[in-house]
Amino acid sequence: MRINLLLAAIIAFVVLAAGSVILPDWAMFLFAMALAKGLVCLGIVGMMRGGVVSFGQGLYYCLGAYTATLVANTFGVSDIFLLTLLSSAVCLLVGMAFGPLLSSYRGIFFAMLSLALSMVLYGSLSKMSFIGGTDGLNIAAPTFLGWAPEGRALQMALYIYVVAIVVIAGVLMRIYFDSERGLLTLATRDNELRVEYLGASVRNVMTYNYVFGAVLGGIGGTIAALALGHVDPEFAFWTTSGEFVFVAILAGSLSVPSVFVAAIILELVRSFSNLYFPNTWQLALGLFLLAVIIVLPKGLGSLVSRRKGNPA
Amino acid sequence: MNKAVLEVRDLQKTFGAVTAAQDISVTVPEGAVYSLIGSNGAGKTTFVNMVTGYIKPDSGTINFGNRNIAGMAPRQITRLGIHRSFQIAQLCAELTVEENMLVADAIHGHPGPSFLRKAHNAEARERALATLERFHIAEHRDRLVPELSGGVKKLLDIAMAMAGETQIMMLDEPTSGVAADEKFPIMDLVMDALRSAGVTVIFVEHDMDIVTRYSERVLAFYDGRIIADDAPDEVLSDPEVQRYVTGAPA
Repeated sequence: MRINLLLAAIIAFVVLAAGSVILPDWAMFLFAMALAKGLVCLGIVGMMRGGVVSFGQGLYYCLGAYTATLVANTFGVSDIFLLTLLSSAVCLLVGMAFGPLLSSYRGIFFAMLSLALSMVLYGSLSKMSFIGGTDGLNIAAPTFLGWAPEGRALQMALYIYVVAIVVIAGVLMRIYFDSERGLLTLATRDNELRVEYLGASVRNVMTYNYVFGAVLGGIGGTIAALALGHVDPEFAFWTTSGEFVFVAILAGSLSVPSVFVAAIILELVRSFSNLYFPNTWQLALGLFLLAVIIVLPKGLGSLVSRRKGNPA
Repeated sequence: MNKAVLEVRDLQKTFGAVTAAQDISVTVPEGAVYSLIGSNGAGKTTFVNMVTGYIKPDSGTINFGNRNIAGMAPRQITRLGIHRSFQIAQLCAELTVEENMLVADAIHGHPGPSFLRKAHNAEARERALATLERFHIAEHRDRLVPELSGGVKKLLDIAMAMAGETQIMMLDEPTSGVAADEKFPIMDLVMDALRSAGVTVIFVEHDMDIVTRYSERVLAFYDGRIIADDAPDEVLSDPEVQRYVTGAPA
């Protein structure tokens, strides 16, 4: 069955990477941003499978973006692989610090605590004028193992890099969701008492999911910062985190590809409604989410999943 | 008499002004079948909860395998070999019967649940199926928990608890919520499975027919104390037990 997953991953990579040739610049940028944000949302979906929703994933999105920017600006590191590695390592460490704390909470308390942490970062960054304050910082275009493309070539390289990361992350998360640990996460969501009385630690399950979410958030933030060429504290603002939750609900937790499809749909709906209804695009977005919740309560993933039950 | 597998000494527990357990001392030999009887609030489930870590006793010791397990977390006690089922079956409602068993199998497998190994791998499914067959519920394996009868839920709850290396099984009212005609067949199944595995059994029960039929020794609880600890016939004919527990005429 893993061969099927590998084949699906190769096909997904080829199809998505073909976009670098077919898509116009604006669409390639939009897709790259959507896929980067999709990575963050994939982390939320991992937590949702355990029964909690983080309303503060902007924390890691922002942390990843600022880590990459500060490392690039301070040490002159421009290699995208190194920047991604460093920022995900920082998010891993921060996730490991906060994960055990947050894993004791459920429901609205988990959501609000995670939101509080992201707002602390937002508030702190806004006051730190030496790293740009509310204006944020610019980051130079990345290099790819010494290669420094420019213009459309840069955009294509960045897009293909995002696609590769998305496919790798998607495969790893699919393997995790299908694994014994993945099933344990679903069991934890259903009945923590039973899981504890079978001899497993519910806190560990929650902590792992939180840390995975942190790393994915950091990678997503790094890619977004490099695509935009700029970071600011808005990356950690609650509306940014809200967008991630929006995508996670839209996608549901049944299917990994649906997370990225939902992220792309959100970006498209937002871009076009912003273009055609500049003053009411949030209304259009809200109506869209309402329609999805009514028609597909388990999310887009329920269109393709054959799974019984409702882990969405 | 076999060597003691569980030794409880002077266990005390109060909840505010209510004394839920006072001076509870019991020695349970290996392989024995004990039943706990008493009216509601007598302290039976509190006793089970203290032994299995759900409630921390105020004082006293619970020795299991040369370790005092009083106050340890449920998962630590479970890993040592004391497993339990619940009065209301504790199952994962959005998983199928087979997946519930796979969860138990994954937790008890070596070296523990994996991030890479598929939950639905062939070996695990075979083990899950064997356990479900042992409890005669294999035909339900693809059904979700809410679709099951009370009896099947109870059996699944116990089957999951049996997935690990069980030394002591504590069953909290194994036949509550089960249709009257299913009680004895279910208890036969459960006790056969537990006895054949050499597991020591301690079960809470209100049905005296089940108590007399399946237990070797009975602990009668009243007001947080053990008022009788003997063979079933002796305990059930005890005037104090008849007065406070069974309600039968002395």
